[in-house]
Amino acid sequence: MGFALRTALPPELATEQARVETLAKHYGLDTYPVMFEVIDYNQMNEIAAYGGFPTRYPHWRFGMEYERLAKSYEYGLSKIYELVINNNPSVAYLLEGNAHVDQKLVMAHVYAHVDFFKNNFAFAATNQGMNSSGEDIRKWIDTFANHAALVRRWSDKLGHEEVERFIDLCLRLENLIDPQLPFRPEKRRSSEDADGDVPNEEPALLPVNRDYMARYINPDSFVESQRKRMAAEKDKERIFPLSPVRDVLGFLLENAPLERWEHDILRVIRTEAYYFMPQMQTKIMNEGWATYWHSKLMTEHLCNESDVFEYADKCAGVLVTQPGQLNPYKLGVELYRHIEHRWDHGQFGREWEDCDDLAARRAWNTQAGLGREKIFEVRRLYNDLTFIDAFLTPEFVEAQKLYTFGFNDRRGRYEVDSRAFAKVKQQLLQALTNGGQPVIDVQDANHGNRGELLLMHHSDGMDLRMDWAKEVMEALERVWKRPVQLTTTVDSKPYALRYDGKDHLQTPTKD
Amino acid sequence: MSLRIDLDHARFKSIVRGKIRQGLKRYISNGELIGKQGGEIVSIPVPQIDIPRFLHSSGKAQGVGHGEGEPGDPLDESEGEGGAGKAGSAPGQHALEVDVSLEELADILGEELELPRIEPKGQSKIDERKDRYTGIRQTGPNSLRHFKRSFHQALRRQLAAGTYNTKRPIIIPIKDDMRFKSWKTSVTPRSNAVIIYMMDVSGSMGDEQKDIVRIESFWIDTWLKRQYKDVSTRFIVHDASAREVNREHFFRTKESGGTIISSAYRLANQIIEREFPINDWNIYLFHFSDGDNWGSDDTKVCMRLLSDKLLPAANAFCYGQVESPYGSGQFLKDISAHFGTDERVITSVIKDRDAIVDSIKDFLGKGR
Repeated sequence: MGFALRTALPPELATEQARVETLAKHYGLDTYPVMFEVIDYNQMNEIAAYGGFPTRYPHWRFGMEYERLAKSYEYGLSKIYELVINNNPSVAYLLEGNAHVDQKLVMAHVYAHVDFFKNNFAFAATNQGMNSSGEDIRKWIDTFANHAALVRRWSDKLGHEEVERFIDLCLRLENLIDPQLPFRPEKRRSSEDADGDVPNEEPALLPVNRDYMARYINPDSFVESQRKRMAAEKDKERIFPLSPVRDVLGFLLENAPLERWEHDILRVIRTEAYYFMPQMQTKIMNEGWATYWHSKLMTEHLCNESDVFEYADKCAGVLVTQPGQLNPYKLGVELYRHIEHRWDHGQFGREWEDCDDLAARRAWNTQAGLGREKIFEVRRLYNDLTFIDAFLTPEFVEAQKLYTFGFNDRRGRYEVDSRAFAKVKQQLLQALTNGGQPVIDVQDANHGNRGELLLMHHSDGMDLRMDWAKEVMEALERVWKRPVQLTTTVDSKPYALRYDGKDHLQTPTKD
Repeated sequence: MSLRIDLDHARFKSIVRGKIRQGLKRYISNGELIGKQGGEIVSIPVPQIDIPRFLHSSGKAQGVGHGEGEPGDPLDESEGEGGAGKAGSAPGQHALEVDVSLEELADILGEELELPRIEPKGQSKIDERKDRYTGIRQTGPNSLRHFKRSFHQALRRQLAAGTYNTKRPIIIPIKDDMRFKSWKTSVTPRSNAVIIYMMDVSGSMGDEQKDIVRIESFWIDTWLKRQYKDVSTRFIVHDASAREVNREHFFRTKESGGTIISSAYRLANQIIEREFPINDWNIYLFHFSDGDNWGSDDTKVCMRLLSDKLLPAANAFCYGQVESPYGSGQFLKDISAHFGTDERVITSVIKDRDAIVDSIKDFLGKGR
């Protein structure tokens, strides 16, 4: 491996691991090999600060995250129990000194995560190929270590400050990636290119009154040069890119005039952003799945009498809910259980949908027994957005006491807004769409025929945070090295933001 | 053990310190940190160190939660801001305040003002014992019984023994279930310092003047506490007569009437002679006044008290003259004339809040 194995698993935990693994297999969980390491809390905080990886490129924000984690640990506010990396083989960490029952719980939890990594479609985007025996290659620990080495090399050459400044700029653009990119057929754009061609018009010639003079007034050489000039004119006007590009980072990487070191760093940031994307898209599903399985394995197999108390205490801690917050573990596991229950009882399909009789719905049971099968299918084919969209039911919203909340300006406080199914669902979907990030794409790389970059924010009624938007514009200008413009909204009215390297302009535009 | 993250951590801290440093002058003159002082930690608001991104403005913050409550009911106060409830969004937003220990704050102050470290006088060491609750044990006095842990233990025992009935959930701890807080005693050597603050509270010292003294004394405390393991503070107010007060009274007392400074010096001397043997203690005397004294006779008495009693005892005698519309400022001239270049006497004129920083530097910049 590309990193040092610090602590091997002590024998009693190795025995537990073998047990957990056998059980996981028995239930049909399909995982990569899992390697556990036992580390102390300082190491745990370090690795957590690095997003789960043993090595990352040098950057102060990891130090900031470490500070936060270390502080919350010291003050007893929070403690990280488990960490697992989407890698093949998967690497997971156990906290030294945790109670034995906690370690069992974590192991069960981890095996379910790894099953999810391997099988959920969103994570297919993190495949780095396939080896000769048809297994996924995911050597992300090595990749991240290589990134670290690359950035360090440039830092040594150019100075840490210079490189850090550029990383800071790139990080401002980190969320400008395309969630669908891994699933688009490659190079679709080039085929569109061909369709886009318009037949050549006749070149403009000088007026000719007498046919026999034509050869002299418009000699062939002149006609030819006119034709060339028009073609050149056309090229200049050609819109690039032909269709808007959501992968702004990728677009900049290909088209911005970057130095080699800048190119390397932007590529590192982009690759890592795409690596983490599936985890953002499946937080509820992934944690819910892991919680579902640790509960099942612990309560049905792994807990002995003396463990139950500790286990119940920990589990309650994981599933605790607080006002105004959504606990992804809780929401996820309950929704899987809801789905399992429905498919076990045959509560799906046309007849079920059409049934309006509440009592009949409640008592509905065709003994279908398809629950387990269904949740395995769900964990393969859905992400948080589609999970909620497809399986949230009014019954579930009521049983889980879900509500929407908002800020009441008049009273200056957050208040429960509604418990209506439609509102809850809509609010959830809105928060999950594009991971709650604004949708922004590249419209034109030659805006106004001046080589300026034009981006478009598809606002959907939601404004951008303006002070930050301006700082991102500055970063874009630094990378693109020409003025940049963003079409967006201010108070829901169309506006153009522009930054030319010196001044910010903010002007209303007409639709 | 050194970790890979240490470099990133150090880098982050130096960025934060840089930000604090830039704002230090403002914090000092506003006195905004003093109100926040709680124990050993102050929270300092730090300019954003989040990475700006294209994000939706959080103006109309809303989200989904689970739990009780009718529409219109308020959510818990402690509930987070904007991003709360947005499942699946990026991990934690960071607080805008950074906790800095008073020690760290003193270091920043020291670096920024280039204050020299103080060499403690008289290496006499007194061992100090401190008790702290550090753990749980199975025996102890009832007064230290840990209820939650005792009941946890009882529940655990009943579960294991199968005597816990979910229908009738009653838990009865027995003697073996009891858990007690345990403590550790730590012994640390200390070098001692005492700061005696004296302030003129006669009619001519207004609220603004006192506020300046309050802010300045906070920073002096912070710095000296960094230099010594243990720092005691004493407070003397005076008009025509002097008396010892506690910290709160010190900044609140308002008297009218005349000013006899020697009364304060005499009281300071009594305190020192009574409680702080000069061989064991580093003694700091700070006197703040607007510079009026009742008659040159008393000023002479003051000078004599200083040179005979106070200066031989003290590491430094610091006189801060706070400008007020009524004060004549004569006393500063008298002191300067009398002591000239004596290193033990440090004077400073504090015109307004903005001058506090320079004044701190005057007082503490000598490294005494």
